[in-house]
Amino acid sequence: MNLSGEFFAFLIFSLMAIGGAVFMISFTRVVHMALAMAFTFLSLAGMYVLLHAEFVAVVQVLIYTGAVTILMLFGIMLTRHRDEDHAEGRRWHRGLSFVGVTAFGLILLMTIWRSPLPESGADPATYTVQRLGEIIFRHYVIPFELTSVLLLAALVGAVILAKREGQS
Amino acid sequence: MPATSYLALAAILFCIGLYGVLTKRNAVIVLFSVELMLNAANLNLVAFSKFGLYADIAGQIFSLFSITVAAAEAAVGIAILIALYRRRQTVDVDRFDTLKG
Repeated sequence: MNLSGEFFAFLIFSLMAIGGAVFMISFTRVVHMALAMAFTFLSLAGMYVLLHAEFVAVVQVLIYTGAVTILMLFGIMLTRHRDEDHAEGRRWHRGLSFVGVTAFGLILLMTIWRSPLPESGADPATYTVQRLGEIIFRHYVIPFELTSVLLLAALVGAVILAKREGQS
Repeated sequence: MPATSYLALAAILFCIGLYGVLTKRNAVIVLFSVELMLNAANLNLVAFSKFGLYADIAGQIFSLFSITVAAAEAAVGIAILIALYRRRQTVDVDRFDTLKG
């Protein structure tokens, strides 16, 4: 394993991502969980930059670190009932979940370790935003248009669901 | 970096998200954990768009679509959560057990 800059960047970003996720699980105050999650989303954007997906990284920062985190903060604010996440009386449930998830994760990691994957990546010079746009608007134009319908339906549905009943 | 490390990171994030979904009681945090699992899947898509057997930029496009659908899902999820909170005055997922036999 060569100690290149990419290796150190990967190490830092993966530590940040896993650390943010673990803190999200272990914090007790809900707002702290949301901030730890924003940290994880941001470091995943750095991971996308390492994989030559700059546009996806920018979209990740805009949508996840920006929009989804703020949306979740609004959700926390509007449903503020009991600020802390208590976990008494569910030791069996937690233990069983932990054992099951750990076994699942070990199976996944072992499968990844054993699969023959190509060592070197594709040529990063072809991974430009221009090419991304060309492929979206040539090969994937119908899914792209369907996405706009989906977003409109989600927007209208969210407004109708969150509207107070009995008021028109 | 080889593809294995990216896939391993995605697997670890997916497992942390799964544990959060299974054990957390606040419904907002459950939604957050689902987002973490979706992010792990996105990381896999982008990693295979660079390291796959037939490496192509289409993997990045799939992850863009997945991010869009996840954003729509988060908006509708929060709306359902607010409607439930208005009716039951709680966001504790253990209390939404009306369908329990």
